[in-house]
Amino acid sequence: MSSITLETHADRSKMEVSDEVAIEIRDMNKWYGAFHVLRDIDLKVYQGERIVIAGPSGSGKSTLIRCINRLEEHQEGQIIVDGTELTSDLKNVDKVRSEVGMVFQHFNLFPHLTILENCTLAPIWVRKTPRKEAEEIAMHFLEKVKIPEQALKYPGMLSGGQQQRVAIARSLCMMPRIMLFDEPTSALDPEMIKEVLETMVELAEEGMTMLCVTHEMGFAKEVANRVIFMDAGQIVEQNEPEEFFNNPQNERTKLFLSQIL
Amino acid sequence: MSDMSYVRSEMLPERAPPASQIGFVGWIRANLFNGVGNSILTILSLIFLWYILSALLPWIFAPTWNSGSLNECREIFGADGGHGAACWGVIRERWVQLLFGFYPEAERWRPIVGFGLLFVALIPVLFNMISRRMNWVLLLAVLGLAGLYLGGALGIIAGLLLLGAAGFVGFKAFTTSKEDRAAEIESGAKRLPNPFIFSAIYPFIAPWLLWGGSIWLPVGAALGFVVGYFAYRFLAPVVGSLAGLIIAVLAALIWWLLLMAPMVDQLDALFTIGEGPGAENLLALEPVESRNFGGFMLSITIGVVAIACSLPIGVVLALGRQSDLLIVKALCVGFIEFIRGVPLITLLFVASTLLNIFLPPGTNFDIILRVLIMVTLFAAAYMAEVVRGGLAALPKGQYEAADALGLDYWKAQRLIIMPQALKISIPGIVSTFIGVFKDTVLVSIIGLLDPLGLSNAIRADQDWNGVVWELYGFIAFMFFVFCFSMSRYSMYLERRLRTDHS
Repeated sequence: MSSITLETHADRSKMEVSDEVAIEIRDMNKWYGAFHVLRDIDLKVYQGERIVIAGPSGSGKSTLIRCINRLEEHQEGQIIVDGTELTSDLKNVDKVRSEVGMVFQHFNLFPHLTILENCTLAPIWVRKTPRKEAEEIAMHFLEKVKIPEQALKYPGMLSGGQQQRVAIARSLCMMPRIMLFDEPTSALDPEMIKEVLETMVELAEEGMTMLCVTHEMGFAKEVANRVIFMDAGQIVEQNEPEEFFNNPQNERTKLFLSQIL
Repeated sequence: MSDMSYVRSEMLPERAPPASQIGFVGWIRANLFNGVGNSILTILSLIFLWYILSALLPWIFAPTWNSGSLNECREIFGADGGHGAACWGVIRERWVQLLFGFYPEAERWRPIVGFGLLFVALIPVLFNMISRRMNWVLLLAVLGLAGLYLGGALGIIAGLLLLGAAGFVGFKAFTTSKEDRAAEIESGAKRLPNPFIFSAIYPFIAPWLLWGGSIWLPVGAALGFVVGYFAYRFLAPVVGSLAGLIIAVLAALIWWLLLMAPMVDQLDALFTIGEGPGAENLLALEPVESRNFGGFMLSITIGVVAIACSLPIGVVLALGRQSDLLIVKALCVGFIEFIRGVPLITLLFVASTLLNIFLPPGTNFDIILRVLIMVTLFAAAYMAEVVRGGLAALPKGQYEAADALGLDYWKAQRLIIMPQALKISIPGIVSTFIGVFKDTVLVSIIGLLDPLGLSNAIRADQDWNGVVWELYGFIAFMFFVFCFSMSRYSMYLERRLRTDHS
């Protein structure tokens, strides 16, 4: 398992957690056909929290965060994001989606649009932001992820790491209150993992609420205020990173950590 | 084992490839004469080509352009004239008929102008390299030339004015650079109207030019869309988008079926001078009946309409086939599978004969319109499957990314999915277009005089009885020109839309 050392140490003093609840998941269950993927998930995420979700493949961690913006439907229980409950009501779903940003393993940039158009599309068509203003916002976030000079290129002309940073900028352009990361570095070369992780650290330092499914344990130690370990569709253990890595309780967690560290 | 360790002290510079691999000589060596076997094959192919061309070229370049009948050709070439050389006199004498069929001679300017305007209407849709002002130059020039062609004092004055306007706009377009123009617009100069406006009204102008009749008919038809648009615009925020859409369609239908005819009659009466059989409608063209249509004009009319309508219908069908709504999906699948499972000729026979049985007696439902509907539906079913292929080729991540950004279904389709799916499907779409255009010759079977139907009619003439190759060759050549242009255009479009490393 790769472990990238981050050059900049995250400044934890800026990462404040408020007691306002951002996401609340209650007794949530999900099935794929007859297969029980998520079992009795209970989770409260507070505004400003940085949560890393780890676990073996097939444990349901990606499915869990995909349920939070309803890319997957849950069949039982409740998911309440920023006070809006996710139901089959499409209006609620669209409201939640426009406030929750998501970054995918394979970037999923729109290859037929330039970098700038990728970033302005949703603000213009969903938020009804005037084009000029949307472009200014997009340039602001492209500068933040350090690739403003690529704005007029197409995604196919960029490296993987640059594409992933564009994907982060694209999500940020919608001014989300919560960011979901679904294995954002798993498809990248080691040299590029670092640049993406550094962007994510900066985001954390600004107080963004983040849920990351990742195998980057260095990132978890550095940035997360809570690590959740999942196995077989259940939350097996959750703790502060220091406790989680130094003193795991559950046998399954111990086995997992002994294999990846 | 000292060669195990190696450290490069400086990086290598770039070098040009070896001279024997590039240029004309390199190309010939690599492609034609690389090895004994390939050299022999190259020489054999050249001999074969020479054999074919030495027989074909003299046949094609026969000096028979001015002959007046097959017998004259035979006289030029001796008894064997009909086979040893082409008899092109038939094309010289009958090519106007091959283009227009039996369209009245005095009205032939109408399809010509319609065809010229078709290009003007297509250019902003097909190409993005031509500027807005050049589009208007083209439009004004075509209209001006039409005026001159029509003649008469009014025609010539109007034609000259229009050509002058075209020249003026063209001159300004050539003398001000792109940047200067951008600066002018920035500082408040008025822009010319978007040329897409003309592309949008062309579908109403073209039938009026071709079939003639009152101008208020196409105006009324266009107003139906306006009525529908405003009904949707004002009702959708109140009753929701789906209900708004249904009401808009109903409003347009009510307009077309109930209100349009009285309006057209009223306006016609207003512009009609005189009474009884001598009355003259100032704003009407001489009506031309569908059975007088023929030749390439007919092929192009059917082809263009089928091509233009089948793509949007095909897209809707493809989306319907992927829909979660059970009934919509079943309808689309049923339609596509039924149409694809039936030969086009069967549908055309239904259009020409069976429909009359089902329609109330006395209704005159134009034969070309019936054929148009059938050919369009046929093409749309194939188009739907081609587009579905493009949709299936898109990675699931594109849908997820669009969803995650909060785009609703229609916005995601319009902005993310369709632009990519259609781009992937360009080769298939254009293949379908080419197929549809060639299938238009099938209408000769139900008695319409397309080029193939006309070729039979021409051979029925005593003078040209026995001319086969020349007519079919000419028709084949014309079809090849159209189809090859479409194929080249599709390659241009693919190149233009490429966004990866290039």
